[in-house]
Amino acid sequence: MIAPAQPDLVTVNIDGQEIAVPKGTNVIEAARMVNVDVPHYCYHPKLSVVGNCRMCLIEMGMPAVDPATKAPIMDPATGKQKINWIPRPQIGCGTNVSPGLHVKTTSPMVKDAREGVMEFLLINHPLDCPICDQAGECKLQEQATGYGRGYSRFVEQKNVKPKRTQLGPRVTLDDERCILCSRCIRFSKEIAKDDVLGFVDRGSYSTLTCYPGKKLENNYSLNTVDICPVGALTSTDFRFKMRVWFLKQTNAIDTESSVGANTVVWSREGTIYRITPRRNDEVNDTWLADSARVLYKSVKAADRLAATETVEALVARAAALFKSAPGAIAVVGSGRSTVEEQFLTRHLATALKASAQLVSRVGQGDKLLVSADRNPNVRGALVTGLIKTLPAPQLTDLAAQIDAGKIKVVVAINEDLTAAGLTAAQLANVSIVYLGAHANATSAAAKVVFSTLTVFEKSGTFVNQQFRIQKTLKAVPAAAGATDDLVVLAQLVAAAGGATLPADLALLWKVIAAEVPALATMTFANLPETGLVLDATPFAALPFVEGETLHYKPAQPAVAAATA
Amino acid sequence: MAVITVERKPLTFLERTYLPQIAGGLKTTFKHLIAPKKTLEYPEQRPAIPVGYRGVPTLVKDPNGREKCVSCQLCEFVCPPKAIRITPGEIPADQAERAHVEKGPQAFDIDMLRCIYCGLCQEVCPEEAIFLQNQFSMSGYTRAEMVNHKDRLYELGGTLPDAHHKWDKKKAAEEHGNAH
Repeated sequence: MIAPAQPDLVTVNIDGQEIAVPKGTNVIEAARMVNVDVPHYCYHPKLSVVGNCRMCLIEMGMPAVDPATKAPIMDPATGKQKINWIPRPQIGCGTNVSPGLHVKTTSPMVKDAREGVMEFLLINHPLDCPICDQAGECKLQEQATGYGRGYSRFVEQKNVKPKRTQLGPRVTLDDERCILCSRCIRFSKEIAKDDVLGFVDRGSYSTLTCYPGKKLENNYSLNTVDICPVGALTSTDFRFKMRVWFLKQTNAIDTESSVGANTVVWSREGTIYRITPRRNDEVNDTWLADSARVLYKSVKAADRLAATETVEALVARAAALFKSAPGAIAVVGSGRSTVEEQFLTRHLATALKASAQLVSRVGQGDKLLVSADRNPNVRGALVTGLIKTLPAPQLTDLAAQIDAGKIKVVVAINEDLTAAGLTAAQLANVSIVYLGAHANATSAAAKVVFSTLTVFEKSGTFVNQQFRIQKTLKAVPAAAGATDDLVVLAQLVAAAGGATLPADLALLWKVIAAEVPALATMTFANLPETGLVLDATPFAALPFVEGETLHYKPAQPAVAAATA
Repeated sequence: MAVITVERKPLTFLERTYLPQIAGGLKTTFKHLIAPKKTLEYPEQRPAIPVGYRGVPTLVKDPNGREKCVSCQLCEFVCPPKAIRITPGEIPADQAERAHVEKGPQAFDIDMLRCIYCGLCQEVCPEEAIFLQNQFSMSGYTRAEMVNHKDRLYELGGTLPDAHHKWDKKKAAEEHGNAH
């Protein structure tokens, strides 16, 4: 890869502070670098600039030069170069920095301009805050408090518009609240590439609507709800469920595919209410697929496995099974398990002298944030050494070995073996030890069933398609009776005659760092929020299935070499 | 330590007869026998509650009989002992009387074993839906009995006059007003 050229730096002066920023930065971003807040609604760092909300008005000026000689004109009072201030305010989002640019964000003119814009925006905005889901994270509330006049001069009747328009299966529009910033329209057009939204009518009649006969139903529709600065676009799933100030935010990772989009899980008292994207400019920018936002429903699903016995009793029964069939054991790990679990799975396979395999799950990639590989952590299994080659979708080898009577016991971790191509008759021929959170055909056929955790109930790490190792944190406490996968796996390893391994993440990471060279310098605690890119060269020859997605390009030459 | 000798005066003749003290005591007794009564025959008789008294928190309805609470959960947020617990819910579009309010509580519980009668819930309510009224005595045999559910809260609260009729105005605006 060619390293990006060093950006040209431009020195600007914002409220008296000098700062050098890359050429092409606009005033809002430059001000953010010196911790000056320029309020805005329509501007979004990942979308095009339209400048229609007028909230980011600033006062700007350039150093004065003599028009004829181009010599700087000095101000005798200060002894510095004189600044020619433009007599009208300018928008910060549409103004790119230029050398010597001076910006004032707190002058009386700017204050007046902001108060005027706020007053116009609030004229027809309903007093819905008590019933509005955006309350607490609403830019209009924040900026009315921070930059508004503080009282209303409007005595006329407010506009009345539709309050419950269904724009699509997951998005509900409250037209009265809309401030016509057009972020949602630009998102649909530029990022989701599904240009279905637009404004119709003029003046105070302007309304956000879908193109006739179309719906906002692409898999990224809920991002419009995230970027809506007011409560106009609301998530039908989260609508009227809980006020946001009650919710605890936990950083997590989207596990629906190998993209590994960064997320925030919002929960209260052990119940998850919603999942939103977390900005990571190297992985998912500020976006997240709709399909990733419903994954939390697996936590309180009706088919969660209930604990029937204590873990110790179950481990003792599993140990008896292991002893009954030495050398005839297979371990089916999972590309959905965390790196730590896969590390313990590798130890379990080694202790049992068993073969270890994964089941691949391949779907259609959408070139954005859902990749073709629907296992979030196949690369974690490669890094920890659980597998050497890429997994196949069907366990044909295992099926053949079961039919030949060479395998008597199968340890299945979070994988439904019937979905991986094993028949019910084959499952009946072997003794199955199953670890998983939800019931399926394999758990029903299993001799020993451990009820374990969903990804929202445990901490761990995942390695995404870029070989970026990222951590996900426990958002809610474990369901009653369910045991941490690490505890179960560590006890199974001990029962199989392997090493005594810790189930605690901090202690386990010491063992991982010592045994896995790629992770030698890491601990769980010091893994940065944006993840850490691991060396991918040992696996460059493997034919990974992912196509191009946001911030990821498959290594084409390697695939060609592997197929050649 | 210095010792102070206190001189004890001998009793006078009248004091030795005890009669003035008995007469004084009887005077107090007869005065209260004929004076107006200060005590109440509680619980048959109830005291007059002063204005602004903070009794049991209750939910009230507006003069149209519509529930005023929109489950904004500000009282739940502000409640210092965390006595209030609300499950918000959407009002379905087919309920003509209240569909324009959009949101109302599915469940509203106040744990009276936790409540400290501070009145912050009444102060914070943007819809003037929760009031600490005159009810001052709560009793029950179990903890569960001491939790006031939504029905009980409306039963205790009743209907109070409304100065604003916010939602009626909203509905009127929707029907004939500035329709866009």
